[in-house]
Amino acid sequence: MNRKFTIHILLAFGAFWMLLPFFWMISTSLKTQMEALRFPPTILPQAFLFSNYLEAFRQVDFSRYFLNTIIMTFGTTFLVFITSTLTAYAFARLKFWGRDTLFTLFLAIMMVPVPVYLAPSYVILSRFGWIDTFLALIIPWSVNVFSIFLLRQHFKTIPQDLFDAARIDGLNHFQVLTRIVVPLSKAVLITVGIFQIVSNWNAFLWPLIVTHSDSMRTIQTGLAYFAQAESTNYPLLCAASTFTTAPLIFMYFFVQKQIMESFAHTGLKE
Amino acid sequence: MSRRKDFSGYLFILPAIIVILVFRFYPILQAIRMSFFKWGMAGPLYTVGLKNFTRLFIDAKFYQSLGNTFWYVVFVVPLTIVLSVFFAQLLNQKVRGRGIYRTIYYLPVVTSIVAISVVWKWIFNPDRGILNAIFGFFGAGGLKWLDDARGVFEIILTPLHLEPSGFLAGPSIALVALIIMAVWHNIGYCVIIALAGLQNVPEQYYEAAKIDGAGSWKTFRHVTIPLISPTIFYLMVTQSIFAFNTFTPVYVMTQPPGGPLGTTKLVVFYLYEQAFKLWNLGYANAIAFVIFIIIFLLTQFQRRFIEQRVHYE
Repeated sequence: MNRKFTIHILLAFGAFWMLLPFFWMISTSLKTQMEALRFPPTILPQAFLFSNYLEAFRQVDFSRYFLNTIIMTFGTTFLVFITSTLTAYAFARLKFWGRDTLFTLFLAIMMVPVPVYLAPSYVILSRFGWIDTFLALIIPWSVNVFSIFLLRQHFKTIPQDLFDAARIDGLNHFQVLTRIVVPLSKAVLITVGIFQIVSNWNAFLWPLIVTHSDSMRTIQTGLAYFAQAESTNYPLLCAASTFTTAPLIFMYFFVQKQIMESFAHTGLKE
Repeated sequence: MSRRKDFSGYLFILPAIIVILVFRFYPILQAIRMSFFKWGMAGPLYTVGLKNFTRLFIDAKFYQSLGNTFWYVVFVVPLTIVLSVFFAQLLNQKVRGRGIYRTIYYLPVVTSIVAISVVWKWIFNPDRGILNAIFGFFGAGGLKWLDDARGVFEIILTPLHLEPSGFLAGPSIALVALIIMAVWHNIGYCVIIALAGLQNVPEQYYEAAKIDGAGSWKTFRHVTIPLISPTIFYLMVTQSIFAFNTFTPVYVMTQPPGGPLGTTKLVVFYLYEQAFKLWNLGYANAIAFVIFIIIFLLTQFQRRFIEQRVHYE
């Protein structure tokens, strides 16, 4: 009994520090600027000033940033689905010369950290005339080796008999993939999709470098820009931080297990 | 029909191959090539041979950024892992509300680093921040956090009349603020991984330890730790690489970016500054090359020296 109590105390102490920044973000977001600057601070806002949210949303073009992020997320996720099911199918089920070497090469290239190819990528994108367009945000990320890896693992578990039967029925490989394999892989595809949503929503360094104009900003570069423009208005900054993180946190409460699983496979991403 | 020469394999991987060749493979080759050129975005290209690298060797700011990154990684990784194994061990007991705790600890992982940085900058505010309010309540307020360039070893050792400076001064208080935030941000991820490791330890090992009369610390030290060492090893590798690549908190939280006195300028931020603020693309690639080598060596080093001591079942 005593031991359990100690464990709870320790876990609760940890939880307190984990939650404090979130609590503080929301609490500050509802204060007047005067109240936020009081020291020692008030724990809860004296009057709940929800209008901070509207004001933050209007001060810079957050609706545009949201729209851009949604376009980027959908575009990338859609293309990743296509490229990774095709590639994973080939790597798992088709025989061709150099297959395993190519797969190893794919994995090796993934190990190279992003900062290494940041500058040359910028040069290539500007030669294509893609800087400051959605193409620069989407196309370089339209292949995801982790997704290929996960799907390949799964495709390998589908019994050979199923493929043989389908081939005897006269389906070609593409039809086998779309009619038989994909419907059997919903769970893995959901994991892949969730990972894409989270990493696109939170992407910062790449959008920061390949876009310049205000109308191309994403949620994260927009928030960073807002933080520089309004560097001392903490209620507005906290309001903006809250509504930019809320969609993912909301999603997290529903698909917690899948999020943890997809992150466990990939590691974190900045 | 299966006897027919079948090219569908190549057809299926073609889209992925094109993207990887153009946006990964070619840029990596370019990164190596460009590091031998002096090049702004628009102007002409000068071949400078190894000049970018020789410049790197005498660039004090580069060394400072490497030193900062060293301290950052050396503090973030062990702190995160020790704390997360501790909490994972607690969560592995049969207590009520485990699911809720797990959900809470993981929450920062899904939150964007930009938003987290904005909020923590406010928390660390020296005059109005809640952290100094809490610490002040216990009589320990008054730190300037993100504005404080003094190294921690410098602060500890100065009363003893040792005055370490430069690299030996250790991470500045401002960098410590970034370290605290990074630990907070990553702990949930590591707890989940460590918990999975703990749950894979077969029950009979604990029973055997119990029969041998081992106390809970001894069991933890001599049964649990060796058995989850592959998990800890995995976390060390991934967390080191992740910490080494840190960019966003420096960009959002520090003022001027990388300050005070350059003590929070991590090496990836220095690369960003050289490439996209000063447009020294060739020089930036030389930095990128060094980053690549260090990360490569880091993984190899950890593989060699730590993996030997890791117990695989």
